Amino acid sequence: MPETLTELKNAIEVRNLDFYYGNFRGLKEVTMNIAERKVTAFIGPSGCGKSTLLRTLNRMYSLYPGQRAEGEINFYGTNILDKQQDLNLLRARIGMVFQKPTPFPMTIYENIAFGVRLYESMNKVDMDERVEWALTKAALWNEVKDKLGQNGLSLSGGQQQRLCIARSVAVKPSVLLLDEPTSALDPISTGKVEELINELKKDYTIAIVTHNMQQAARCSDFTAYMYLGELIEFGATEQIFFKPKRTETEDYITGRFG
Amino acid sequence: MLTNFNQQLYARRRRANTQGLFLSMCSMALGLTVLLWILFVLFSNGLAALDWNILTKDTPAPGSEGGGLRNAIIGSLMMVGLSVLVSTPVGILAGVYLTEYGDQSKTAELTRFVTDIMLSAPSIVLGLFVYAIAVATFGRFSGYAGSLALSLIAIPVVMRTTENMLRLVPGSLREAAFALGAPRWKVSTLVTLRAAKSGVITGLLLAVARISGETAPLLFTALNNQFYNTDMSRPMANLPVVIFQFAMSPYDNWIRLAWGGALLVTLAVLVLNILARVFFREKVRA
Repeated sequence: MPETLTELKNAIEVRNLDFYYGNFRGLKEVTMNIAERKVTAFIGPSGCGKSTLLRTLNRMYSLYPGQRAEGEINFYGTNILDKQQDLNLLRARIGMVFQKPTPFPMTIYENIAFGVRLYESMNKVDMDERVEWALTKAALWNEVKDKLGQNGLSLSGGQQQRLCIARSVAVKPSVLLLDEPTSALDPISTGKVEELINELKKDYTIAIVTHNMQQAARCSDFTAYMYLGELIEFGATEQIFFKPKRTETEDYITGRFG
Repeated sequence: MLTNFNQQLYARRRRANTQGLFLSMCSMALGLTVLLWILFVLFSNGLAALDWNILTKDTPAPGSEGGGLRNAIIGSLMMVGLSVLVSTPVGILAGVYLTEYGDQSKTAELTRFVTDIMLSAPSIVLGLFVYAIAVATFGRFSGYAGSLALSLIAIPVVMRTTENMLRLVPGSLREAAFALGAPRWKVSTLVTLRAAKSGVITGLLLAVARISGETAPLLFTALNNQFYNTDMSRPMANLPVVIFQFAMSPYDNWIRLAWGGALLVTLAVLVLNILARVFFREKVRA
C-alpha cells in the first residue's frame, strides 16, 4: 500500500494553476502535489490538459508567445512561474521526454554529451563514464556500446526513445517529465521503458502522461485523472483504480466514458 | 456495375484526361528540346576550344593568334570564391534569424519582403548599385567590387533556402533541445542547423551556380583585364564578361574562346546542380 500524500516530501506543488492558449483556458484551478521519488501519472481523454500541465512544469510553453500560466508552481520552494526564473537552468533540473523519439542529428555519444556539456565541463574520461552511466540507466548500453560513433537516427524507434531518456537522465535532473513516452513504441520497447521507469524512480521524481491506463496502473504510485482542463480526482494509484471517489473517474477507468 | 453510372460523363472525363496529358507532354518536349539544343550547340562549338591552352594561356590581344582563358578562369574563381565566403555566413545567419529568432515579428516580415525583392531584382541593377557605391567612390573597377555585386545576388538565395530548410526541421527536435536546458543559440546552431545541413549546403551550391554565370553585375564592377591578375583591388578578368566581349568580336580565335568559356561555365553550373541534388537526396533519406 503506497504511503499517503501527506507523509511524503513534495518535489513540486501546483497551486491554483490556470493556463491559457490565447483566450482558451486549457487548465482550470489545478492544485496538486508531485511527490519526490515517486511516479505520478496523468490520465484522461485527449485534450483534457494533461500534456499542457506537464508542459507548464518545465515552462516549455514559454517558447510560444500567446501561451501563459497563472497561479503557482513551487519547485522545492521556488515559484517557477516567476518572471525571474532562469528557464534554461529550470529545464536542466526538470528534464522532459517526448511522445515521438527525437534524437539529435549527431552520434549516439554526442546525443548524450550534448546536454551534459551545457552545464558541466569535464574531461574525456569523465564524459565517457557519464555517457556509459546514462546509457546503462536507460537500459541501452549493451545494445549500443560498440556503435557509440553511429548516428542516433540509425537506431530503432524503441532504442531512439531510450536514447532520449538516457539523454535526459545524463544531465542529472531531479524531475523527469514523460509525455506519452511509449505511445509510438511496440509492446516490447514499451515494456523496457516501463521497467526503466520503475528503476529510475529510485533517484528521480517522475511525472508521466499516458493514454494507456494499464501503464498508469503498472508504473505509477499516484494518479491524476483530468477532464476538460480540470483535475477531477487525484490520489494513490490503487485507490484511483479500485476505489475511485468520483463517478467520472470510475466511468473513464472502466471504459464507460462518454 | 455501379448504380447511377453515367457512361457519357465517364467517357468525357477520359477524353479530357487524354487531352491534358497530351498537352503537358508537348510542353515537356518543347522545354527539353530547347535545353538539349542549347547543350548541343554549346558542345559542338565549345569542345573544339577545349584544349590545354585554354587553362594555361591568357586572353589574347586583338589580332594575335591562339591564347586561352587562364586569367578569366582564375578571376572568376577568385571573385565567386570571395563572394561565397561573404554570403555564406551572412545568408545562413540571416536565415537562422528568420526561423529561430524573428519568426513572425515585424522585422522578420520586413526582411523577408526585402529579400524577395532582392531575389527578383535584375542583376544589372545590383551591378549599377555597386558601381555607384564602390567603383565610383574609389575611382577604380576592381575584383572586390565584382565580389560585392555577386554577394548581393547570392545572399538572398542562401538566406531563403536556409530559412526554408530550417522550417522543415520538426518543432519537436527544437523542444527536445530546449528541454535539456540549452540556450536558444545552441539549439539553433548545434541542433536545428545541423539537422538542416544538407538542405543548407544545397542552397549554397545553387547560389554558387547562380552567380558563376552572372555577367551584368560584373560589367560595371570587375570590368575585365586582358592580363593575368590576382590582385583583387584591380580590374579582373572573368569568364562571363570575356564571353560577352569575345563572342561579339571579329576575331575567329576570340569567338572560339568565347564558346570554350561558355562550355566551361555551363559544365561548372551543371556539376554544381548535380552536387546539390545529391546532397538534397541524402537529406531526404535521413
